Amino acid sequence: MKSAVVQLPGLNRDRDMIAALTKISGTAPITVWQTETEIPDVDLIVIPGGFSYGDYLRCGAIAARMPVMQAIKAKAEQGVKVLGVCNGFQILLEAGMLPGALMRNASLKFVCREIKLEVANDETDFTRAYAKGQIIRCPVAHHDGNYFADAETLAAIEGNGQVVFRYAEGTNPNGSLNDIAGVINTKGNVLGMMPHPENLIEAAHGGNDGRGLFASALDVIAAA
Amino acid sequence: MIKARVTVTLKNGVLDPQGKAIEGALGALGFDGVNQIRQGKVFDLTLDGTDKAAAEESLKAMCEKLLANTVIENYAISIA
Repeated sequence: MKSAVVQLPGLNRDRDMIAALTKISGTAPITVWQTETEIPDVDLIVIPGGFSYGDYLRCGAIAARMPVMQAIKAKAEQGVKVLGVCNGFQILLEAGMLPGALMRNASLKFVCREIKLEVANDETDFTRAYAKGQIIRCPVAHHDGNYFADAETLAAIEGNGQVVFRYAEGTNPNGSLNDIAGVINTKGNVLGMMPHPENLIEAAHGGNDGRGLFASALDVIAAA
Repeated sequence: MIKARVTVTLKNGVLDPQGKAIEGALGALGFDGVNQIRQGKVFDLTLDGTDKAAAEESLKAMCEKLLANTVIENYAISIA
């Protein structure tokens, strides 16, 4: 599996993502800088977490308007898989590649803890390794993870099965509507999620619940 | 030179926990009767040229494309 990890000024979870992709796929991902206007042939593009451009204006607002985003959009149009984690999710939303918006956590606090996620859709290319309704552990670390969409959009994404992960067992850390933690596009190749699956993939992390997400993408890509 | 002010506010129906926190703080300071506060943003811009109509068009595009997230925010433009 060939993958790419986007690097932007202020992102800080890129190294964890590179480590996870290397360990699970066996191949180190290439890295893509903010000014790239073309991305080489890869199967998966990952936008990791952090504070790109200092979260200035709005989280992910500036990143979503950088040249590299046009290149990512073009790849997504071609069907290349795109995963946005945390700030990556915020960036995909600001870029209009996923529906809705992320706002300041309802508690107003930065939340850094482990939560429980329910796999709401086990048929996506990112979640085939899980079972529908399966509960997994996952760390979160964010200040602006409060998912919002207007009533019409919410009904549409729920109806379409675009909600992939939900906070489970009362662990919603940020006030997200319908406990939404991760959303996929209608085409099924662009996934955004607030929690960090790359931080629970090995014994040293205290668990490997996050492996399934990368393993799913890997299996699908290897089979293609 | 044209001076313009863009105000970006949350749409109705979007919860504003920051506004609520400020409401609470005002209450704690003894200001009663504040029914609601919602926090927004103000951008003051200085633009080249003197064509106000063109500036208005340009500002609208700036709001739609960057200054406001139209999923959750409204904007208002005023030109001096």
